Amino acid sequence: MDANFWHMSGYAAYVWGSFGVAALVFVWAGLAPRRRRRELLDSIRGSAEDV
Amino acid sequence: MSAVAALLRREAWLAARSRSDWLMPPFFLVVVVTLFGLGAEPNDPRLARFAPAILWVANLLAALLTLERLFRADHEDGTLEQMVLSPLPLYLVAACKLLSHWLLTGLPLVLLSAPLGAMLGLDTAAVVALVAGLVLGTPCISAVGGFVAALTVGLPRAGLLLPVLVLPLIVPVVIFGAGAVRSAQQGLPVDAPLYFLAAILAVCVTLVPWVCSAALRNAVD
Amino acid sequence: MWTWFHRLASPPHFYRLAERWLPWVGVAAAGLLAWGWIGGLVFAPPDYQQKDAFRIIYVHVPTAAASLSLYTMMAVAGAVALIWRMKLAECVLVATAPVGAGMTVVALITGMLWGKPMWGTYWVWDARLTSELVLLFLYLGVIGLQQAFEDARAAARACALLAIVGVVNVPIVKYSVEWWNSLHQTSTILKLGKPTITADMAVPLYAALAGTFLLCAYAILRRVQNELLWRERRTGWVAELL
Repeated sequence: MDANFWHMSGYAAYVWGSFGVAALVFVWAGLAPRRRRRELLDSIRGSAEDV
Repeated sequence: MSAVAALLRREAWLAARSRSDWLMPPFFLVVVVTLFGLGAEPNDPRLARFAPAILWVANLLAALLTLERLFRADHEDGTLEQMVLSPLPLYLVAACKLLSHWLLTGLPLVLLSAPLGAMLGLDTAAVVALVAGLVLGTPCISAVGGFVAALTVGLPRAGLLLPVLVLPLIVPVVIFGAGAVRSAQQGLPVDAPLYFLAAILAVCVTLVPWVCSAALRNAVD
Repeated sequence: MWTWFHRLASPPHFYRLAERWLPWVGVAAAGLLAWGWIGGLVFAPPDYQQKDAFRIIYVHVPTAAASLSLYTMMAVAGAVALIWRMKLAECVLVATAPVGAGMTVVALITGMLWGKPMWGTYWVWDARLTSELVLLFLYLGVIGLQQAFEDARAAARACALLAIVGVVNVPIVKYSVEWWNSLHQTSTILKLGKPTITADMAVPLYAALAGTFLLCAYAILRRVQNELLWRERRTGWVAELL
């Protein structure tokens, strides 16, 4: 990768900022429900054992 | 028809017994507008430029104060359940509640806004536009707010939730209402924003009682 | 056709169907997003007017489109939930709100980051920006309302009503702000020259659009699964699953 690419003709902060924010939210969107599911399954399993 | 009259009479009766409920919003309006006057420079002519926004937002917040209680008392003592179960169509009940809310809080605020507008430096034409806009706009606030109050009636945190839900829904009313006053200040015709407000009011009057009754039914079930 | 529809609406059937399809949706979303973003960041030529700043389009346009489509979908799911009392539609409604709110946040932030170098300001009170902001408030309202309820079904039905009222409101907001601006704002700085779009600019945009929508589908389906698991936690099919 050359410096030109990272420089984005002077708009680096805006372009990389935008893509960074998008990447963060997209990763959250993809991963958050998976973690929640693990918690849910654990708690359902836990309450099933109590009975 | 007699049922509607009875419902309205009941609201008036309840309001007469708890005076602070309907005296508080006008007092709130006066205090907020006074604080804006005191927060600005003394006799600042720019205050008149912000007067439309100040008065409309103060009116909105004052109306919000009482909305939370619109259905709450009826829900707590079981009256709401009786109303849902009664043979009277629920949208009629909802419409009566909304109408009485407007008559008891909206109308006094409208009347009070005229002298407050003059205090903030509005000229006569602008005050007329303000009052005309409020006459059309405050029923919309009562309607939309009443709908949200019906949605949140059984909830413990309704007081926090209510303004957050109402404010985005009421954006167009504030834009057109304050816009009418600004047009009048600039000597422009004010009929366009008032027509828009009237259109929004027509939508509110026809649709809100129905969604409101659906929300009430959901809260009671 | 109707038996297929009814089977789809049955929680265990839907859960298993989603389980089977979700890996593929996820892989397709990741692949299309990678294609769109790399194509947009590396291979697309810089715009002759906006230089490299135009590359923000590859995140801004897909998320803005998703934020609007998801809100419409949420309201449609709300209508289905209210009219046919369909549990699955309730779950879809509840699952869509956080994903839509996320997309709206990205659309707003990237729009601001695009606006600063192009218009010279982060924010203008223009109809699109304002209605997007109101859209975010509506999404947050639905999330807040849903979390305030104890009972999942009552929560979903209240959210459905709010979403439907909101969907009536969004065009009115947009129209009102347009009217408001046309009277007072004479600046035409917003009129961006429509860039001549070439294939190596357009194809990554379509890929990013498809990828973003698939990612939303993935997130929503996962959330619907979670909602179904929680609501049906005392039923046989969930116990079988464990």
